[in-house]
Amino acid sequence: MTNHWVDIKNADIVLIMGGNAAEAHPCGFKWVTEAKAHNKARLIVVDPRFTRSASVADVYAPIRTGTDIVFLGAVISYLLANDKIQRDYVTNYTDFTFLVREDFAFQEGLYSGYNADKHSYDKSTWEYETGPDGFVKTDPSLAHPRCVYQLMKQHYTRYTPEMVERVCGTPKEKFLQICEMMASTATPTRAMTIMYALGWTQHSVGTQMIRTAAMVQLLLGNIGVSGGGMNALRGHSNIQGLTDLGLMSNLLTGYMTLPGEKEQSYADYIATRAFKPMRPNQLSYWQNYEKFFVSFMKAWWGDAATADNHWGYDFLPKLDKPYDMLQSFELMNQGNMNGFICQGFNPLAAAPNKGKMNASLAKLKFLIIMDPLATETSEFWRNFGDHNDVDPKQIQTEVFRLPTSCFAEENGALTNSSRWLQWHWKGADPPGEARSDLEIMGGIFTRLRALYQAEGGAYPDPIVKLSWPYAQPHSPSAEELAREYSGKALKDLADPKDATKVTRKAGEQLAGFAELRSDGSTASGCWIFCGAWGPTGNLMARRDNSDPSGIGQTINWAFAWPANRRVMYNRASCNPDGKPYNPDRKLIAWNGSAWGGADIPDFKADEDPAHGMGPFIMNPEGVARFFGRKNLAEGPFPEHYEPFETPLAANPLSPKEPLALNNPAARVFPDDRKAFGKPAQFPHAATTYRLTEHFHYWTKHVRLNAILQPEQFVEIGDALGKELGIASGDHVKVSSNRGYIQAVAVVTKRLRALQVDGKTLHHVGIPIHWGFKGLAKPGYLANTLTPFVGDGNSQTPEFKSFLVKVEKV
Amino acid sequence: MALQSLDIRRRSATTTRSPDIRSISTGGGVAKLIDTTKCIGCKACQVACMEWNDLRDEIGTNTGQYQNPHDLSESSWTLMRFAEVESPKGDLEWLIRKDGCMHCADPGCLKACPSPGAIVQYANGIVDFHEENCIGCGYCITGCPFDIPRISKRDHKAYKCTLCSDRVAVGLEPACIKACPTGALVFGTKDDMKLHAAERIEDLKSRGFENAGLYDPAGVGGTHVMYVLHHADQPQLYSDLPDDPHISPAVRVWKGVTKPFALALMGFTALAGFFHYIHVGPNETDERDEAAARDLARKQEKAP
Repeated sequence: MTNHWVDIKNADIVLIMGGNAAEAHPCGFKWVTEAKAHNKARLIVVDPRFTRSASVADVYAPIRTGTDIVFLGAVISYLLANDKIQRDYVTNYTDFTFLVREDFAFQEGLYSGYNADKHSYDKSTWEYETGPDGFVKTDPSLAHPRCVYQLMKQHYTRYTPEMVERVCGTPKEKFLQICEMMASTATPTRAMTIMYALGWTQHSVGTQMIRTAAMVQLLLGNIGVSGGGMNALRGHSNIQGLTDLGLMSNLLTGYMTLPGEKEQSYADYIATRAFKPMRPNQLSYWQNYEKFFVSFMKAWWGDAATADNHWGYDFLPKLDKPYDMLQSFELMNQGNMNGFICQGFNPLAAAPNKGKMNASLAKLKFLIIMDPLATETSEFWRNFGDHNDVDPKQIQTEVFRLPTSCFAEENGALTNSSRWLQWHWKGADPPGEARSDLEIMGGIFTRLRALYQAEGGAYPDPIVKLSWPYAQPHSPSAEELAREYSGKALKDLADPKDATKVTRKAGEQLAGFAELRSDGSTASGCWIFCGAWGPTGNLMARRDNSDPSGIGQTINWAFAWPANRRVMYNRASCNPDGKPYNPDRKLIAWNGSAWGGADIPDFKADEDPAHGMGPFIMNPEGVARFFGRKNLAEGPFPEHYEPFETPLAANPLSPKEPLALNNPAARVFPDDRKAFGKPAQFPHAATTYRLTEHFHYWTKHVRLNAILQPEQFVEIGDALGKELGIASGDHVKVSSNRGYIQAVAVVTKRLRALQVDGKTLHHVGIPIHWGFKGLAKPGYLANTLTPFVGDGNSQTPEFKSFLVKVEKV
Repeated sequence: MALQSLDIRRRSATTTRSPDIRSISTGGGVAKLIDTTKCIGCKACQVACMEWNDLRDEIGTNTGQYQNPHDLSESSWTLMRFAEVESPKGDLEWLIRKDGCMHCADPGCLKACPSPGAIVQYANGIVDFHEENCIGCGYCITGCPFDIPRISKRDHKAYKCTLCSDRVAVGLEPACIKACPTGALVFGTKDDMKLHAAERIEDLKSRGFENAGLYDPAGVGGTHVMYVLHHADQPQLYSDLPDDPHISPAVRVWKGVTKPFALALMGFTALAGFFHYIHVGPNETDERDEAAARDLARKQEKAP
């Protein structure tokens, strides 16, 4: 979230799209009801299904799954054509005026530089035009045909209300009604919040969907302001913390990135990440990358990380390719990955194409399961009849099951969607032989290290030199790790302005990342968490909910990264002179000598607004980008591509270019491409989702939840039910080109047939929660059906759009 | 006086006077307000009810709907009911209603109950079942205009929502209120709940729900569980919430008008017997009567 849960109560318009907050985030949804009850907010829900969120919405519009870029692109077009933009904001705080290189081009769904054989782009033309001073050229008049404003306007002219009706199946009047409501927030005193979740991320163009929505918010001046923002609702407890702490295979902590195999030089690694300002007097905060990186390396390797060995740069693996979930299972399926430690993860249920997962896991030599529950993955080798029809005799994988404690059975911090690190305390002892994940990992590590110390190896240094300063090496405590990721001074830190003054003594915890240094005198395991356990103690444990601002800015409750800031980019809530756009919802302001207010300023604290520093300090431009440059795989402006399994034969936006039917920059493994189904055989658009009664594949093990939703079901619309002679309560078989499931049919008015490209299209809704383990009635894993393809950037699987066939059993 | 007083105002099948020395509840007693327009049907209230009251229903089946368990039972005292309704404009509405005991001011169950003290009404308005006194006759079901009580097959006793009388007795809100994430369930004095409802209704009217209103049906003397409805003119849209609930005429006649007559008749019979005894004396037989009876019997045996 750019903003935070409580801030949603300040919204005037709430858009829930690409998510179903009432269903999946019922507790956070209270802030939507609060906005409606006490801020006269209006709620808009756009979804293929009439959801629990839609049940309390003011306006609901249906949309075909996977077509959100068409809808949002047409909103952009509407806002630009009707001049419903916050002009002061966009001209000062975005790249509207920036000029783009002359050789940048876009035609029939493809950007310049496409390589059809590699399914990827040479992105060199996706860049601004630079002047002789080294800075980007601009045209404040916005008249230049290659300024971002003009290019964007041109790009989205094809995205019309008629195109929305044709591609998304959304009635034109509903679309225009929603545009009008959104446009009402173009004034500085109104704000719209956008709440989304896996309904946007789990598409082959998921990242671009989110970007399109962010562009809408920028046009309306809704980023950085109270009641606004792009608010990703994180699901699985601590999935926010997972990305923050760098558990993605390409990340280090705090969104620093692992080097690629071509980046053998430490200096180059830093130089390509410490972006230099692209406009005069811009902060470009990533210039401090080396301070974060060196402090991180000191936290991990301690004294073994020295200036001489480039702070242990050689200890880091250099990636030849991404090793995301799909890539890993592909390697497993090829027989190139032989062992798998599966920690708090149930991939047989949670990864696409269960058939491929079964085959892949069967090729492992060993599989270690760390989980509080007996997961499906841990018994992938056992025959559960039709629900898991395997022959155990053919499977030689050795499975070790290590029972872990649950979050409530240990101390630690969880990071919520609001980016708050909230400390929690152990509530009970774990049952039986269960141990904490820390204890299990500590035990594995100390034994591995002993083996490497005794036997050596090709390059044992990263393991034997790892700093492991915990009181009980086999079982580090959550408190020790928290102090480590927050960070401390390793030497006395002198005041840069007065070398005789010591600002922080050696061994003291640091107050924030501004204290980090690149000379090895500080250590911080995750720079964005720096200060969470500061000199005054554990700020994550704070529970002061006082709110002097009256707008939900409880800054003494827990710790929000970065720097305890609650609303990111909050400098943009003030006009260029430093005065709040909306005096009623004031976050910060310039008082003549400093920035301050109800939030921690996301800006240089003493920067006079007269000097023109932009509010988006992490970008070298200083402003927000409509033109995404080279940052995403598909191109600088989001463009609609059909899901990999689409009911359409051609992309209505680029009908003449077959390469532009699906995401041209997505990575698809050859066998998986063959496993895609065609609409002739699988005519219905399917989507998977969660129910409020259950949490993933966990709570089917819990009796209370099993009582509330005991048995697997799929949802189909009245019209499809009639067509196939299926009534509510009948059993149906749903098949894709990869397998089938059987379940009870819920026939409902909430899934209505859509008119798409001149044809009637039915959606099939598939809740995911059942499986062959647990207390609920045994069922099929929904991911038996889903395609093995991910987003072009994040590689998040396309669970939300695929093709199926429904039959009565 | 505190709302948590558990002074009993009425008891089933009992004629002795209820205690009334302590000041009775203020504010019209307690009330739960269920705002169907804020409810997202998450069923947290069902879980809270099961947890607080130590109830576990069966792990059932899906019958083609979101509603689970399928119906109220001795182990499910509250239940979300889901109804899909198309408005005249063609827009869909998913009307979700938390079902359970309405805690009527004029409780049909209590009136119908023949077992002394099995059903009581507290001074704060809560209608509670004391199962130790229940004889399992099921009259409470007949008496209830909302079809709420359920008889257990195991112990043959009737169960329903207690409005967490045990929690309310110590100044806590009912468990479902505590669990509700969206504020669709609120609890307080009935007067305060009506004020809160009025604010909600005003908001709903501003959103085009012209017939938004409060459901506090007069036919049962008002209720201590009330609904805010978008369509207060059509309660039946909400999974057959009764438009104008009344206690069943049979119960009303039998336990209402008929009861004094029946009691009077029984009293009159006893009285008549008494006066007969006083004036005529006891009915007694002597030896002559016995001999005459024997002769009569013999004659009948000899007859062909």
